[in-house]
Amino acid sequence: MSTSLEEVFVKTRLENRAALIAYIPAGFPSVEGCKRVIEVLAQSGVDALEIGFPYSDPVMDGPTIQEAAGIALQAGTGAAEVFETVKYAHDAGLATVVMTYWNPIEKFGVEAFAREMANNGGSGVVTPDLTIEESAQWKAATKTFGVNTIYVVAPSTKGERLAQVTAQCSGFVYAASLMGVTGARSTISSGAHDLVTRIRATTSMPIAVGLGVSTREQARDVASFADGVIVGSAFIKIILEAKDEDSALGEVKHLAQELAVGVREGR
Amino acid sequence: MTSTQNTSELPAPIGHFGPYGGRFVPEALIGALEELDAAHQSAMVDPVFQAELSHLHATYTGRPSIITEALRFSEHAGGARILLKREDLNHTGSHKINNVLGQALLTKRMGKKRVIAETGAGQHGVAAATAAALFGLECVVYMGEEDTRRQSLNVARMKILGAEVIPVTAGSRTLKDAINEAMRDWVTNVDSTHYILGTVAGPHPFPTMVRDFHKIIGEEARAQVLELVGRLPDAVLACIGGGSNAIGIFHEFIPDSNVRLIGFEAGGDGVETGRHAATITGGSPGVLHGTRSYVLQDANGQTVESHSISAGLDYPGVGPEHAYLHDIGRAEYRAITDKQAMEAFDLLSKTEGIIPAIESAHALAGAMIVGKELGPEAVLLINLSGRGDKDVETAAHYFGIPL
Ligand SMILES: Cc1ncc(COP(=O)(O)O)c(C=O)c1O
Repeated sequence: MSTSLEEVFVKTRLENRAALIAYIPAGFPSVEGCKRVIEVLAQSGVDALEIGFPYSDPVMDGPTIQEAAGIALQAGTGAAEVFETVKYAHDAGLATVVMTYWNPIEKFGVEAFAREMANNGGSGVVTPDLTIEESAQWKAATKTFGVNTIYVVAPSTKGERLAQVTAQCSGFVYAASLMGVTGARSTISSGAHDLVTRIRATTSMPIAVGLGVSTREQARDVASFADGVIVGSAFIKIILEAKDEDSALGEVKHLAQELAVGVREGR
Repeated sequence: MTSTQNTSELPAPIGHFGPYGGRFVPEALIGALEELDAAHQSAMVDPVFQAELSHLHATYTGRPSIITEALRFSEHAGGARILLKREDLNHTGSHKINNVLGQALLTKRMGKKRVIAETGAGQHGVAAATAAALFGLECVVYMGEEDTRRQSLNVARMKILGAEVIPVTAGSRTLKDAINEAMRDWVTNVDSTHYILGTVAGPHPFPTMVRDFHKIIGEEARAQVLELVGRLPDAVLACIGGGSNAIGIFHEFIPDSNVRLIGFEAGGDGVETGRHAATITGGSPGVLHGTRSYVLQDANGQTVESHSISAGLDYPGVGPEHAYLHDIGRAEYRAITDKQAMEAFDLLSKTEGIIPAIESAHALAGAMIVGKELGPEAVLLINLSGRGDKDVETAAHYFGIPL
């Protein structure tokens, strides 16, 4: 049986466009506020959602996501709230994955985490600090429960290693557009295109590009060579800077709609 | 299709100590870790590299470090013979220089021009800044804002040595957050930069490599004690932050099964209060900063803030080899409170004329307890990992000495 995430890429391939994937940490700006953002995203052309599991030591994240995760943690966001949010997003019609550093999974229980993902309608998990060498238990658990395993590869991932990592991906391959941490950038590095080309030589799996995308133009550029465009910090920045929730939701809606146009203009 | 069949197999875990260790890092760092691993492995068997490092130790670090028998302090340790391995006399004032010179030579070998480091007490930062000056490397040191305050003298030292010190304002503003920030820098600048990690934690090869650069402490000390006493010590004692000075002095003694190895963690206000940095005593297995080991964490796997009067021990993780030595029963780990450590700090100063680092004072407090347990026949070897100059302000404040 295929996951909702896999179905999204079947659909977007038929429509000859890239998928738009939005990122938001669970519990940000609050558990209920996060749900309202998700509702808006689902109605504004977003195809899939990545829900961040806020973590105390996010070494792959820049200041924007660190701040958002900090707010979520202050409010006590944990595994229960993450799964509650997954279920909400799934019910809102979005293919849903969780992005989490490894320790929260290990603490929750590897089997149990995969099981709860499946029970709550989640399609897969992005694990930015889980190396394939340490993945045996995770691969077994996700296989049992039909959960996609999404690994992040970087411009520095080369040769045999690239093939080894993409071989462990299901759902999609997460291509980090640059060497660095999350956060909006004014330009998308040329390394992204090169990386996607190199990934394609190793797998027929869909490839989504993340790190730095924040505008319709950037989404269009990335959509010309990738199967998915991931946008996180740009949404979070809006929410952090908005004067109240209504204006935040309005701006989130506007950006999502713009990006949804962008991913359709790329080809 | 043969190639996909090959690649679909999971590669074997590397850098493990039983279930601990390994690599839990963004894929972006794997290339750099492999390059470092290869450089380390080739350097360990390269006589030219070894000769260069030995020469530096003899002419710059001041090795071998001496052993001092603490006769008056012994009266407060059940009369046991107390032998201090004087890493405090190394250039820059602690054991940290052993590791830093080794890694700086590796940096040169890898052709990199920029080094970054994290620091808690500032001793590792000072050592890294020193090596960078010696080798002509650009150096950036990340230090928690809280620690820049506690160890302001070392901040000035690093700046005088030409390093840039970046205060880290995220999270608990201590060592843990400085490591996060250094990792972010490394992910971004990995082509030009080597990350000189300061302890036996982090992803493979760091726990093994940093141990290899510190094991000289135990190699020297074992021979020195045999020469001085005519037999092996009954116990070897060291403080545990990330665990580098401890593994350095323990390692040579691991095959000597009659020699007890005892690590002293920072008990802060007491392990039972929750305000401590005693990771093995009060934590549980988990993943932090790229390695699986014991971690202070909550039910959701979030790292819990640690507390200690000693900036260099104020870390909620510990090296994976210690986790393993603990689980197999080869080493013991106990907690020493701030109060016990400061008592030992005061005693060593007043009985021996040696002001220890507050980190090392945890091992001295341990010696006072273990000495009483084992009695006057016992011989205890203690790693005096650093000197207390940097702690004068903290100690003056603690003891109410006006400045
Ligand atoms: C003098 C001294 N001893 C011990 C430590 C703790 O580190 P480790 O446990 O890695 O030896 C430090 C760290 O800053 C230190 O400065």
